[in-house]
Amino acid sequence: MTAPLHDTAAAETALTDVAGPVKAIEGRSPGRIAWDRLKRDKVALAGGAIVLLLILAAIFAPVLTSLFGHPPDQFHPDQINPDLGVPKGAFGGMSWNYLLGVDPTFGRDVFSRVLYGARISLIVAFLSAAVSVSIGVLLGVAAGYFGGWIDAAISRVMDLLLAFPQLLFTIALVSVMPDSLLGLTGTGVRMAILIIVIGFFGWPYIGRIVRGQALSLREREFVEASKSLGAGSVHILLRELLPNLVAPVLVYTTLIIPTNILNEAALSFLGAGVKPPTPSWGQMLSDAVNIYQADPTYMVVPGLAIFITVLAFNLFGDGLRDALDPKGS
Amino acid sequence: MTRSRTLAATGLVAVMALTAAACGGKGGGTSTKGAGFNAAATKIINASDKKGGTLNLWTTSDADSWDPGRAYYASVWNMERFYARTLLAYDAKAGADGLKLVPDLASAQPQISSDGKTYTFKLRSGLKFEDGSPITSKDIKYGIERPFAQDVVNGGPTYLVNELDQGQKYPGPYKDKSPDKLGLKSVLTPDDSTIVFKLAKADSSFPYLLAMGSASPVPQKLDTGAQYGQKPVSSGPYKFQSYEPGKSVVLVRNSQWSQSTDPFRKALPDKVTLTITTNPDQMDANLLSGKADIDESQTGLSQNAQIKVLQDPKLKANTDDPYNGFIRYVSVVPKVAPFDNIHCRKAVLYAANTTDLQTARGGSVAGSTYGNMLPPNILGSDNYDPFNLTKGKAQVAQAKQELAACGKPNGFSTTIAVRNNKPKEVNSAVALQASLKAVGITANIDQYDGKLIASVIGSPSVVKNKGYGLVVMGWGADYPNGSGFLQPLVDGRFILQSGNNNFSEINDPQIKGWFDEAAGLTDPAAAAAIYQKINHKVIDGAYYLPIVADKALNYRNPRLTNVFVQEAFGEVDFQALGVSDGK
Repeated sequence: MTAPLHDTAAAETALTDVAGPVKAIEGRSPGRIAWDRLKRDKVALAGGAIVLLLILAAIFAPVLTSLFGHPPDQFHPDQINPDLGVPKGAFGGMSWNYLLGVDPTFGRDVFSRVLYGARISLIVAFLSAAVSVSIGVLLGVAAGYFGGWIDAAISRVMDLLLAFPQLLFTIALVSVMPDSLLGLTGTGVRMAILIIVIGFFGWPYIGRIVRGQALSLREREFVEASKSLGAGSVHILLRELLPNLVAPVLVYTTLIIPTNILNEAALSFLGAGVKPPTPSWGQMLSDAVNIYQADPTYMVVPGLAIFITVLAFNLFGDGLRDALDPKGS
Repeated sequence: MTRSRTLAATGLVAVMALTAAACGGKGGGTSTKGAGFNAAATKIINASDKKGGTLNLWTTSDADSWDPGRAYYASVWNMERFYARTLLAYDAKAGADGLKLVPDLASAQPQISSDGKTYTFKLRSGLKFEDGSPITSKDIKYGIERPFAQDVVNGGPTYLVNELDQGQKYPGPYKDKSPDKLGLKSVLTPDDSTIVFKLAKADSSFPYLLAMGSASPVPQKLDTGAQYGQKPVSSGPYKFQSYEPGKSVVLVRNSQWSQSTDPFRKALPDKVTLTITTNPDQMDANLLSGKADIDESQTGLSQNAQIKVLQDPKLKANTDDPYNGFIRYVSVVPKVAPFDNIHCRKAVLYAANTTDLQTARGGSVAGSTYGNMLPPNILGSDNYDPFNLTKGKAQVAQAKQELAACGKPNGFSTTIAVRNNKPKEVNSAVALQASLKAVGITANIDQYDGKLIASVIGSPSVVKNKGYGLVVMGWGADYPNGSGFLQPLVDGRFILQSGNNNFSEINDPQIKGWFDEAAGLTDPAAAAAIYQKINHKVIDGAYYLPIVADKALNYRNPRLTNVFVQEAFGEVDFQALGVSDGK
């Protein structure tokens, strides 16, 4: 019977012994802890740096192309073998003048087209992620917190959407959509459709995660306490639940962005993406399929662009998840 | 006359277009020396009478139907020469001689009455179907009657239906009340070897209609209606041994056919097989390795294989790159402002960089830049080129001048409509867009679902509502004369509310009058002069921007004998082929 007592005492002594260094930890906020963990994760940091670079490159595409390339829609027939329709130079016509070569048939600068393609990919991916997250969080929290018939209704809608043939639906939708819509024309309409469709069909994934979190959070003591102090539903949702959902939502957002990039590329590959001559990675890949034996470079470049972007986002997202994990070290 | 033309556009254009799928080939050249690039386009190569062996045809698309009354693919019409003979047929000759019709089942050219309305044919003697029963004029009449039953025998050309019905509303033989099922009044069969056609008005194109498979004889007792395409009864040198849809066709010799009754068929191989694959890669590899003899669809090698072949002189010597009778063009639609003004239309033609447009379709191998709308394989075609399109350069100064004359010196904006499933056409639209941008015309490209041609660009109201000022398309004739090619495109009477092909809605009384005048002439050369006038008038009006006179680069196995391009089909004449090694 005495042993436990002794043990406690020993533990107390131990605590007092290391009191000095412990003090430094005490002052750290959860965000600070996560940031420190992230800083230690070199792989995630590299991913983050590439993501940042890509975003900057997309924003400054016009500047970069004027410095290192040519306008993305400019034809360079002199770079193309007129009989074969493939670039004259080796490796897809790569040279100091054309950093990533030229595209077959027209001789447009691939470097510029990849940069402008990054704009389309990133805009569509980010905005559709924003759509998914907004709807997903809103409906997920509502389903988890209120439960009952609201939960049942929202959950069934989520099941329905998860079973929906999204890709086929989008292809069909794009072909029946008018050329101008709500003041948008051409590429604008296509991008809006892509954003709405990819975003809309993406929300149940995030909705389910948020619902599960909300379901467990609403039984927690601080929510009970808040309720017993007379807080209303709105207060509890916004002030008690949402702040606790930030971490999983943030992690999930960084992970659906690469999925969205792949979705956009797939839809462009299948001809449901933005319209030519606006460049997009998926469209470049789909063009390259016809000619991959004679001009493999043209397939490799947009393929690598997609690969690197998706990998960078995924690595960064994984690192973020580890950093925000309360059970992590 | 309208329905069939619609089908012509969808059927033929679909099959002529190059496949977009990934392709390639691994095999090297065979040891046999090639006859030379494009050698078969103008003459017969490897002429031989050596019989025996198996002709191995390959294709990536099965026939729309093997029933001659229901087929509309150019390559199937070509294949029908193996098993479905007609009163008149295109001669087995290279060059322009192949466009001439020779008596096939008929013993001589028809007797035509002085008013041009009555055609009388006498049949050869000794003609037999594959079951040994004689081919009579009644069998030919029955074959012509079948497509009248459009509920059963549909999909094929209906020119004869339109020409011969003459208000009778004949329902086809299946609902025919007369006991012999030969109730069509405009076709008479006074005896078994005589057939008489009575037309409502003279039509110099009529003989061409009788050369289509839809006018081939069908024995009434062996007619299986809609199922007839599973095993058509042969009147030619080969008969169907088997047909597995989507897989293969095997034709074997028809012992009832006799060489002495046939004006041109040599029937060299013992067997003809057609292998249908879904993998163009595999087909091109087999062609280059010699396992396959020739591509039955004759739509050209895939881009990957084409580049490989063009870079290897040995392989290139085994290819032909003939005109296939198609013109790839952009319709300029006057119903869509500002193209109601001829100067704005002309601005488009002057602004077009035709070299870029040609490159977009695959370069010089895929077609020659062209100045007008009558393809080289049609009598009456010439080098007329008022807009200097064959010079291959954008004429910016003239284009700006025309824009000023049109009252739009700073340009305007319009929409280019293009099928989404034809990469070459999408490329053409992109090239045109860039050309137009250089003179200040902003063009938005609208890619519509390529399966919906008839209801999108084929509907004048949709074209107008969507503001399709420019429509990218292609066209090939069903029969090689000026009316077969031009009439659906430029005759106002052919404007349809659905399935229209006259996108520009040209409705000029003078042009209509010229078509009627040409139809009344029996001399093809005189008619050709009129078609030339029509062609010139259409081009002068800037309703069409011709992109290229289309070509397809096809590979032929060097072991093939008697290879030549039949100009009426723009394809190698399959029935003439033999194999030199007897295997």
